[in-house]
Amino acid sequence: MTDTDKSDTLVPDEGLAPASTALPTAGVMDDLATPPRSQWRDVWDQFKTHKGAMLGAILFIFIVASVYLGPYLWTIDPTQIDIRSRNQGPSFAHPFGTDQLGRDIMARMMAGGQTSVSVGITAMLLALFLGSLIGVVAGFFKRLDGPLMRLTDLFLALPLLPLLLVMMLLFREPLSAAFGLERGIFILIVCAIGITSWMPTARIVRGDVLAIKEREFVLAARSIGTSNTQIITRHILPNVLSPIMVSATLGIATAIITESALSFLGLGFPPDFPTWGRLLFDGVDYLQQYPERVFWPGLAISLTVLSVNYLGDGLRDALDPRIRGR
Amino acid sequence: MLNFTIRRLVLAVPTLLFISLVIFLLLELAPGDPMAQVPLTVPPEVKEKMREALGLGQPMHIRFWKWIVQFFWIEPQVLVDHMFGTTFSEGDLRVISWQTRSPVMDIVVQRIPQTLWVVGTAYVVAILIALPIGIYSAYRQYSWFDQMGTFVSMVGFSVPPFFSGVLVIVIFSVQLGWFPSIYDTTHVVNSWDSFVVQLKQMIMPVMVLALQITAQLSRFMRASMLDNLNQDYVRTARAKGLSEYTVVMVHVLRNSMIPVVTVIALGIPAIFGGAIITEQVFKVNGIGQLLIGAIQANDLPMVQTLTFIFAVLIVLFNLIADVLYGILDPRIRYD
Repeated sequence: MTDTDKSDTLVPDEGLAPASTALPTAGVMDDLATPPRSQWRDVWDQFKTHKGAMLGAILFIFIVASVYLGPYLWTIDPTQIDIRSRNQGPSFAHPFGTDQLGRDIMARMMAGGQTSVSVGITAMLLALFLGSLIGVVAGFFKRLDGPLMRLTDLFLALPLLPLLLVMMLLFREPLSAAFGLERGIFILIVCAIGITSWMPTARIVRGDVLAIKEREFVLAARSIGTSNTQIITRHILPNVLSPIMVSATLGIATAIITESALSFLGLGFPPDFPTWGRLLFDGVDYLQQYPERVFWPGLAISLTVLSVNYLGDGLRDALDPRIRGR
Repeated sequence: MLNFTIRRLVLAVPTLLFISLVIFLLLELAPGDPMAQVPLTVPPEVKEKMREALGLGQPMHIRFWKWIVQFFWIEPQVLVDHMFGTTFSEGDLRVISWQTRSPVMDIVVQRIPQTLWVVGTAYVVAILIALPIGIYSAYRQYSWFDQMGTFVSMVGFSVPPFFSGVLVIVIFSVQLGWFPSIYDTTHVVNSWDSFVVQLKQMIMPVMVLALQITAQLSRFMRASMLDNLNQDYVRTARAKGLSEYTVVMVHVLRNSMIPVVTVIALGIPAIFGGAIITEQVFKVNGIGQLLIGAIQANDLPMVQTLTFIFAVLIVLFNLIADVLYGILDPRIRYD
């Protein structure tokens, strides 16, 4: 799509004088006394001052690490059934207790966390890719702006949760037949969440691209004959990176919540395949006797989402050059 | 303004048609057979008859057209008949549920009061809580109240309703035994005691829903107030010697409410969507639970209609929000 439009959009600029100054406009007010600092160093310094964001980052890294590295230390198989030691409370052998089939809840929490976090991250990447692609194309190519933004509006007007539920219901069987039960449902959930959550990113990116497109450095790049593809990848994309990164963090949060909601409604992963939402759903049946079974997965979901939200909050401040350095 | 409203109304028609097409095609192109549950002993020709009885015999575009006609032409007629006792819709086929073999809209009409009652109350409660919190935390920015507000709304964002709902059930109905964990929709309020019972069973679902809405609205109110508090007209108002109350509650608040009102309007359809989970947790037999039930029973006409009702609500309230914005803020007249 980008290649065909390249020639059209370049035409009006052909007559421009090629000698327009190519000074870097991304404001660098270097004090000569201080040593040069990279942009990412500045971002990091600003990020460090946001206590909530630092805490969030540490917590998120801790959760991801314990979920992925934990099984190497805690080697009990999450699917191992030990019916004699079922429904146990917390002990040294089972710090979070065991469930109604005697499976170790801590091991299941780790296995469930792996699925939840990887669904969250993959779905976020998909949504981000779709959103940035549509946003950049809509912002950069004037002719596609109208149709693509109407499409975004239409998607925003769709009732998302009901549609997600319908998609889960209808495509569950064929996909799990094609890719195997677990992988099929993983693909289904990731795609479903991805194609229903790209719209905010697309809107934000489009807005930023529209503004950046008119800046002098883009004009300068065009005047020396840079192709559209290169203008986008070298000049536009790096400049819209900050809104993309912020919506990435928020995207992880919504994806994890959506996956858990689907699992909670019984339309997510199959019962023997734990995710945090599924564990919570299973725990509801034993709410009166063992409320902690609901509590742990719920706490894990909430803490992950909370930490990611704070992380996004801090990133937004750190990546905004107007706030940075104040 | 009228011009703009009419233009938006006209634009809403293709949007709705497109959405109905998406929903229809999604259900249509999906693999899966509504006859899958029928026993294998039923001969194929009988199955074919059953299929036709469900309205599945005709080609796709005819069924789409029929569904559109039923939804936009016949159902409103039924409503008119019901209200004025006329007989416009007599003999017309309506959208029939595969589960109950009764018209879908009749079931929806039975379920709507419960949803509206719980969700509507939650929304009102949330607005009443969120606005003062937003105003005060903007007025005292970075005070401990503001920090608390930020934290509480972050928690409100992060704790999903299926966890907060279950959590309050564990605390307030299992441990403390204060409130019932199941919302009883057959309960009739006819005396003070039954009113108290109704109040008790409503508190938990309403508060769980309200927590989420409050989190968003109070953040939005705060940001909007902060935008306005630093404006020149506020300084002018203070310089004129107006009391602080008048400055904040009249001058600033009225201007800050403009975006907040539109956000409130935009949030209403989302609340219907979000209530699906809350209704499931507290066993409120509203629209959300109807949808889940229909999905699990593979009742496609019901799913189609319900999803489309949600879509209509979203489009409608988007329109209302846009028009409201123009009415409230003379600077943003679209024409």
